[in-house]
Amino acid sequence: MNKVIRTLVLGLALIWPAHGQAAEMLQIKGSDTLINLVQKLAEEYMTENPGAQIAVTGGGSGTGIAALINKKCDIANSSRQMKSKEVDAALKNGVEVKRVIIAIDGLGVITNPRNPVTRLSVDEIGAIFRGEITNWKDIGGNDGPITLYGRQSNSGTFAFFQDSVLKADYSQKMNHMNGNAQIVEAVKQDVSGIGYVGVGYVKDAEGLTVLKVAAKSGGDYASPLNAMDVKSGKYPLARPLNQYVSGSVQGDVKKFLEYELSSRGQQIVEEEGFFPISSEYKDYNKKAGL
Amino acid sequence: MQLSLARQFKKPWMKTALQDKFIHGFFFFNGMLSVVILLGIFTLLLFTSFPAFNEINPIAFLTGMEWNPTSYVKEVYGIVPMLVSTFMVTLGALAIAIPLGIGTAAYLSDVASPRVREIAKPTVEILAGIPSVVIGFLGIVLVGPIIAKVFRIPNGLNAVNGSVLLAVMALPTIVSISEDALSNVPHSYNQASLALGASKWQTVVRVKIPAALSGIIAACMLGMGRAIGETMTVLMATGCAPAMPESFLGPVRTLTSSIAIELGEVAYNTTHYYALFALGLVLFVITFIINMASDIILHKFEQVNR
Repeated sequence: MNKVIRTLVLGLALIWPAHGQAAEMLQIKGSDTLINLVQKLAEEYMTENPGAQIAVTGGGSGTGIAALINKKCDIANSSRQMKSKEVDAALKNGVEVKRVIIAIDGLGVITNPRNPVTRLSVDEIGAIFRGEITNWKDIGGNDGPITLYGRQSNSGTFAFFQDSVLKADYSQKMNHMNGNAQIVEAVKQDVSGIGYVGVGYVKDAEGLTVLKVAAKSGGDYASPLNAMDVKSGKYPLARPLNQYVSGSVQGDVKKFLEYELSSRGQQIVEEEGFFPISSEYKDYNKKAGL
Repeated sequence: MQLSLARQFKKPWMKTALQDKFIHGFFFFNGMLSVVILLGIFTLLLFTSFPAFNEINPIAFLTGMEWNPTSYVKEVYGIVPMLVSTFMVTLGALAIAIPLGIGTAAYLSDVASPRVREIAKPTVEILAGIPSVVIGFLGIVLVGPIIAKVFRIPNGLNAVNGSVLLAVMALPTIVSISEDALSNVPHSYNQASLALGASKWQTVVRVKIPAALSGIIAACMLGMGRAIGETMTVLMATGCAPAMPESFLGPVRTLTSSIAIELGEVAYNTTHYYALFALGLVLFVITFIINMASDIILHKFEQVNR
């Protein structure tokens, strides 16, 4: 009996202080597109600031935003903007969110290298993912079915692509993959495949074609791998990558955000295959106090 | 002196009685705990899924051919494609795992030398400890491409892939429990059969397997339970397209993967949220029916054996 009680007391003693420690660790959660980049930023930040503790986890933009609303994380990574419904839900929970833009992504549309198609317009891509075009020969490829690889609905990329390219429902036949890396892996193997991923996942991906995309068919085709075209807006699928924080930015959160936006932080952004933020977004961040 | 002797005798006795009571209570509590937890989960599922049907017609829910709760145009909640997918993947897995599992079990219990058995059985059981996400990854990089090559299709993210992986995951359960059942068949059965002139094959197939059938069926049912509830593996390896499956070589989306995909981002206390719990309830009912059926089958065989 005594032994049992002793074990219980010991167990409780072990659990207790763990609570206190967990609170000091900065929790960052969300976008699968951003996870590698933010992990790298956090690692560098922690080497430069011994004692700082940051945990970065994925799950998708929707998951990160839900966690921020429910006060389960300090920073939510999101590759899409928060919906007004989510902002309202956060306010109801006493969470007043602030948006910070930390990088630019040129969303890449990828195909298998054995597929002769190398460029498409936004309208064509939309029609493909809506399920209206189902054969590659209709858009200048070989005769064969098109296999769609998309993300799951908790993904910000899923939502961004739907809002800016499809403007309708995805085809029911689209495969719902669990993250950018899985789409890359699937398209590498599948000659009939087409998918969309953050540019950070294709910067040096061999065995893939990153399509050149034009806003309108016959217009100017541009590649997301070309930094100039993404910055100038010539590449039509460029988007800001965001972090949402709760309330007034201060303390450890502020220090980390400042590091991300510093020239060293933006250098890491480029090393990871994304693009540094423009002066327009820098001004936007200044309004948030950064 | 006398007193201390008495104490020495009295104390251990008191201690045993108290210990008995305590242990009795402890085990009773444990036994009841699982019942209470089960009832709790069932009640939670029931009450959390009920509000879904304020807005969804239950008949449309059970017979609808399309599931699209995050639609751009109009939300639809129909679970038929997911039910079909779940059954396809599970039955496919059983079709692979049951013959293989019983064969392995028969080999281990009757053919293998003790040394081989001592190595092989724990190895099969270790297979159960491999995380499902690892098996799912193998499905993407190994099983998928092989299936694509064999069937000459562009990719291997389909029901066959899911079935193969789930079969691998169900095998340890089926092999281990079937082997136990076969080993528990009295040795006299074996000797009697052989004495009557039956070959080893005939003895195993016609005497031992029928005698151990209740255990083998229980093993298969447990394996099925494992397959039907498995999430991560099918989520990664089957494509998860929400459309109605067209064949075993097309993508499927099971009940479990839909819950896993959508529960992470759903806004709390919305119709979509409740609908996902309704999916959980459907899954619970299916598993419940399977367990009931296996229980009834087991009892039937026990009576026959007597």
